[in-house]
Amino acid sequence: MANTADSISREEYFYGHKACAGCGGSLAVRAALKVLGKNAVSVLPAGCMSAVGFNFPQLCFSNNSIISTFAGTASMLTGVEAGLRARGFKDFTAVGFAGDGGTADIGIQALSGAIDRNDNIIYICYDNEAYMNTGIQKSGLTPFGAKTTTTPAGKNIHGNIRPKKNMFEIAAAHDIPYAATASVGYIDDFIAKVRKASQIQGTKYIHVIAPCPTGWGVPVDETVNIAREVVDSGLWYLAEYENGEFKLNRKPKEFTSVADYLKKQGRFRHLSDEDIDIIIKSRDKKWEYIGKNFKFD
Amino acid sequence: MRPYVRDKKTFSQSEVPENTCFEAGYLVSVNSGWRSIRPVIDNAKCVGCQQCYLYCPDGVISINDKKAAIDYDFCKGCGICAKICRLNAIRMESER
Ligand SMILES: Cc1ncc(C[n+]2csc(CCOP(=O)(O)OP(=O)(O)O)c2C)c(N)n1
Ligand code: SF4
Ligand code: SF4
Ligand code: SF4
Ligand SMILES: [Mg+2]
Repeated sequence: MANTADSISREEYFYGHKACAGCGGSLAVRAALKVLGKNAVSVLPAGCMSAVGFNFPQLCFSNNSIISTFAGTASMLTGVEAGLRARGFKDFTAVGFAGDGGTADIGIQALSGAIDRNDNIIYICYDNEAYMNTGIQKSGLTPFGAKTTTTPAGKNIHGNIRPKKNMFEIAAAHDIPYAATASVGYIDDFIAKVRKASQIQGTKYIHVIAPCPTGWGVPVDETVNIAREVVDSGLWYLAEYENGEFKLNRKPKEFTSVADYLKKQGRFRHLSDEDIDIIIKSRDKKWEYIGKNFKFD
Repeated sequence: MRPYVRDKKTFSQSEVPENTCFEAGYLVSVNSGWRSIRPVIDNAKCVGCQQCYLYCPDGVISINDKKAAIDYDFCKGCGICAKICRLNAIRMESER
């Protein structure tokens, strides 16, 4: 098997940034830009990746890069792509990196509009499952049971009471040319998906799980392992949507323990056995759905 | 080539607020002070598989002559590389 490392640029395009040690989001941004290369024009809304990347005059993107409004990642991508095209540029990729809050809550309408127009852009949601840059508030992508500052764990209510929004299938429901899920724990798969997206015309959406050691309450050297475990335990899945069809990329033969995955993280440590049962049941229901509706070969 | 640290420019009030565009990849400060532990590569064990290079969130590992090398100016000492390396060629040592 060819080494993925040889397929991407040796240059670093996200360097010297001020993300916490072990930040999964920064790994996602770094890897994607090494696929897209120096002609990537990146758009980042308010969120950790813009906060740690642009500290004037410390500018950690060595490709062209811009901060958008919080809600406007996708609409700014539309403008960047149209503007460069109008000026005669051909060899570039407009790519957005928005957090889970910036995608599933505040930026969803701009994203939906861009997909509807089928603008030629790549939108990457790095999902750390809360509004991290402002100190860990619940977003629409915070999973059930997670403790955040707005969903505290008390005697009666054990953290977030709502399940995670299904952004991947929401994007796919627009009949988008390409959508995919990924995890920074399986970086080869993520890199392959970014490359594939760069070769498809129209709007592309990639949803990558990117653990935040600070917000999840895991040691900083555990980011990659926990990003693998969320896939191995079946709480996340690696899939693609293309030509009107869902395809599963990886099917764990046997799921690893959900309880082990949860108990390693400060944000889930308060969960009772009943709470964990609810999480396991919803995982099983999701996989039943995947079994019926996703191709796997 | 990776971005490198340059001299901090001085700006007059009139230069800054009007136009916050600036040269991409302009670095004026390092991150080495964040570390309490540092990764050390054992060249005898390293086989240049590049896994640490792929997974370093800060992109500070490069592979030269099939051996991993670290840019200590920007390594934050997270320890991900040491956990990724299947050959235990990376050891985390305390910074003094
Ligand atoms: C319109 C607007 N509302 C609120 C904020 C404050 N704000 C800045 S970053 C952020 C959190 C972003 O969360 P997410 O999109 O998940 O990215 P993360 O910080 O987790 O990487 C918030 C609420 C803002 N900058 N603009
Ligand atoms: S708070 Fe989390 S997402 Fe933000 S920089 Fe730190 S580790 Fe990354
Ligand atoms: S993972 Fe280990 S063996 Fe592979 S390149 Fe890095 S240090 Fe060398
Ligand atoms: S300790 Fe972290 S930042 Fe330093 S080289 Fe290893 S993975 Fe990269
Ligand atoms: Mg977030």
